[in-house]
Amino acid sequence: MAQKMIKNAVGRMIPAKINGEKVIPFQGIGKYKPTGKRFAPKLKTVADFPADGNKLVKNLKIALQKSGLKDGMTISTHHHFRNGDLVANMVFDIAYELGVKNLRWFPSASFPCHEHLIQYLEDGTISYIEGSMNGALGKYCSEGKMKKTAVLRSHGGRYQAVQDGEVEIGIAVLGAGCADSFGNANGLYGESASGLLGFALADSQYADKVIVVTDNLVKFPCIPWQIQGNYVDYTVEVEKVGISEKIVSGTTRITKSPDRLLIAEMTAKFCDKVGIIKNGFSFQAGAGGTSLAIGNYFAQIMREKNIKARFARGGSNKYLVDMLNEGLVEYILDGQTFDLDGVKSMAENSNHVWTSPFTSYNYHGKGNFAGMLDVVILGATEVDVNFNANVVTHSDGTLLHGIGGWQNCLFSKCTILPIPLFRNRIPIIKDEVTTLVGPGELIDVIVTERGIAINPRRKDLLEKVKRSGLPIKTIEELKEEAEKICGIPEKPKFGNKIVAAIKWVDGTVIDVVRQVK
Amino acid sequence: MQTIAKSGNDGKLVKSDCSVKIKLTKSGGISINLTSKVKTYFGNSIIELCKKELKYFDIKNAEVEINDKAAFDYVIMARIESAIKQLIKTKKEYLPDVKIIHTRATNKNRLRRSRLYLPGDSPKLSINAGLHDADGIILDLEDSVAPNKKDEAKILVRNTLIKTNFYDSEKMVRINQLPVGLDDLEYIVPYNVNVILIPKCETAEQILQVENKVENILKEKNLKNTIWFMPIIESALGVVNSFKIVSASERVVALAIGLEDYTADIGTSRTNEGNESFFARSQIMNSAKAAGVQAIGSVFSDVTDIDGLRKYVKDAKAQGFNGIGCIHPRQIPVIHEAFAPTKDEITKAKEIVEAFKDAKEKGLGVVSIGSKMIDPPVVKRAEQTLKMSKIK
Repeated sequence: MAQKMIKNAVGRMIPAKINGEKVIPFQGIGKYKPTGKRFAPKLKTVADFPADGNKLVKNLKIALQKSGLKDGMTISTHHHFRNGDLVANMVFDIAYELGVKNLRWFPSASFPCHEHLIQYLEDGTISYIEGSMNGALGKYCSEGKMKKTAVLRSHGGRYQAVQDGEVEIGIAVLGAGCADSFGNANGLYGESASGLLGFALADSQYADKVIVVTDNLVKFPCIPWQIQGNYVDYTVEVEKVGISEKIVSGTTRITKSPDRLLIAEMTAKFCDKVGIIKNGFSFQAGAGGTSLAIGNYFAQIMREKNIKARFARGGSNKYLVDMLNEGLVEYILDGQTFDLDGVKSMAENSNHVWTSPFTSYNYHGKGNFAGMLDVVILGATEVDVNFNANVVTHSDGTLLHGIGGWQNCLFSKCTILPIPLFRNRIPIIKDEVTTLVGPGELIDVIVTERGIAINPRRKDLLEKVKRSGLPIKTIEELKEEAEKICGIPEKPKFGNKIVAAIKWVDGTVIDVVRQVK
Repeated sequence: MQTIAKSGNDGKLVKSDCSVKIKLTKSGGISINLTSKVKTYFGNSIIELCKKELKYFDIKNAEVEINDKAAFDYVIMARIESAIKQLIKTKKEYLPDVKIIHTRATNKNRLRRSRLYLPGDSPKLSINAGLHDADGIILDLEDSVAPNKKDEAKILVRNTLIKTNFYDSEKMVRINQLPVGLDDLEYIVPYNVNVILIPKCETAEQILQVENKVENILKEKNLKNTIWFMPIIESALGVVNSFKIVSASERVVALAIGLEDYTADIGTSRTNEGNESFFARSQIMNSAKAAGVQAIGSVFSDVTDIDGLRKYVKDAKAQGFNGIGCIHPRQIPVIHEAFAPTKDEITKAKEIVEAFKDAKEKGLGVVSIGSKMIDPPVVKRAEQTLKMSKIK
């Protein structure tokens, strides 16, 4: 049966309904303004909870049963344990054992370790996933094997969806490096320390039932309480919630690739020449090899010119912590910690502050931090001549990455995408991106090894780079240069089936992903 | 007759390259089996390219297997040609279209502070090599190419010279040791090479052999390309003959020393201090300067030791050398910075050049600062220092 399709404000055709629910098409940036009230979970009374505050139950299975696990429920987990997460797999192993079917998994992100769950997608324990799709899950979904349509949201969009009641969480199962029996929890201490638990905030506040799972139960009070026990129904102690060497996977090294270093250096130079790097400025630091190199070049420029940043948003790691300790940065407002240096700094340095998608990214609120940043540096799999960018699919249409905080960060005062002009002979600049995840009007600068393109909307930046000596080119010139080297690629062909929907930060649908052939 | 041939590389870590296997058959036309990382985007064009090339070499029946790791067209073309040339005897060459502009013309006295070595048979490094501002980029046919890959490398280097933009870097090729190296020349002389590096050079006669062959090729093809030589001295005998070598041809613009082979030749090994090669380095530098050309130091091969590199370049500069070799782009800015004139040198040079202008305006034949007479070569050097100081 042919679906009814609607053209949204960026010209993408999207279905009127996804997973049986009515879709609000993307209407333009800041155009969709919902009225109504935030979602509220059911009222609870202390009379129904243990008087001594001890909510510990024997194991996760009992906690899930007591929480009323049943067919068709939505189960959420967070991704602070990254590729070392054991919690999500544990939950669905139990669901399978209990014969529960058609669950919707609503993680804040998925990782290769969750390949384990494909069997449950196959046998119907899980009906579908709303969350980032990477690795084996991404491939599975891209091939059209998932029974329903995946829904991908940004970190901010996930908070918004929960807060707005777009997604109602039945049971949130929240792993923690440290917790007490009342349910207060943090990610700062223990074998499975992950730094913070910000991605679990919405789940704790809005889920019907909340279970905190820890491998490091401490006597009340667990300080600080990044998750407040007052939201928590049950606590469970298990042997392990995560594999520590995979949670904090060791510091990613600054790239050694001369081409990437060149791009990083050009990015930092650009920021310097247009006056972004100045006393009191703020920046978003990434954790990839190229981003780290950019941070390093920033530090060099700041040292030379005696400049201090007021704050940096992370993804924190050793390099950012070093900048904090050196006094180059006054505050780190941290969304997730990538290594033990980050975890340790957050525990010990009061200027290293944990944040959440609520403070940093939520679009249906009274402001957020993302827009305050002077500069944000992000990756992309593709951009097009209108500066639209893709971050979730490969140019062949396979789901590769989650959106993460990427869409939310686009609202900064200057958004820069440092990317190579081609990868494996495939030019990165297209006439049209395969999947439109970020609208071009929010993307200001593309830095490649062969030149820098500035969005024509940014007349101020174009003015500032005059006589800067930087290799400024138009995006069309860069595209042509890549095609001269690589050849003009053929367009990949896709199937008809829609395998995933891409949400914008306000809950509208900006694009869909089709099955790969 | 050989009916099966293979060329190229397709190991797990191989990038921007491909392997080609061709089996000549008696009938059945052309069949092509393509495995490619980028089949979705370039599959059809690669197959088209392959068909055209087989046709060009009059191959009508063959089974072709291509395992492509996202190689550019000019690389695939070279690999197919290499396989074909193992199977049939032909003088024909299948050349890529030339559409790129080679930005900076070469000249005898241009800066040659850094020369970056790239292995001639490994295409992945060459595509972006020109982005790193080396004064010269060397496609190496000698030591970095395995003996059984020499023929393939020549064809690939030829196509790379034609197709890759090295921007402001001079295009250099290190040929093989003579006499084998003479056969390399027809693959490079007609195709944009600026400087030919002649390794393990020991006699002036060798320079003349190369020069003869270069001139024959140019004449035969009716070309006027500017081609320079940089002999590399790598033996005791070469050191002794260095002045004869450097003055053997007008095409010699620089004389280089290769210390790994030199130290082996004199029966010792290379140290950081370099006492064992002090005589050789002095001799090379002196011969070069006596002939009015640049003296070029050996390669610094520890990529991670940036401080060591800086010291090495400063010492080389102090000894009179004008450049060194390197193997990683990260070394380039360090080399350029270390060769750059110091503040004192710049101040002094400014004084000299101004005194010279002053004297000229006043019509004085003799230039002097205070009571010190300034000779013309000193003025020339001062001008060069100022020129260097303006270069990034």
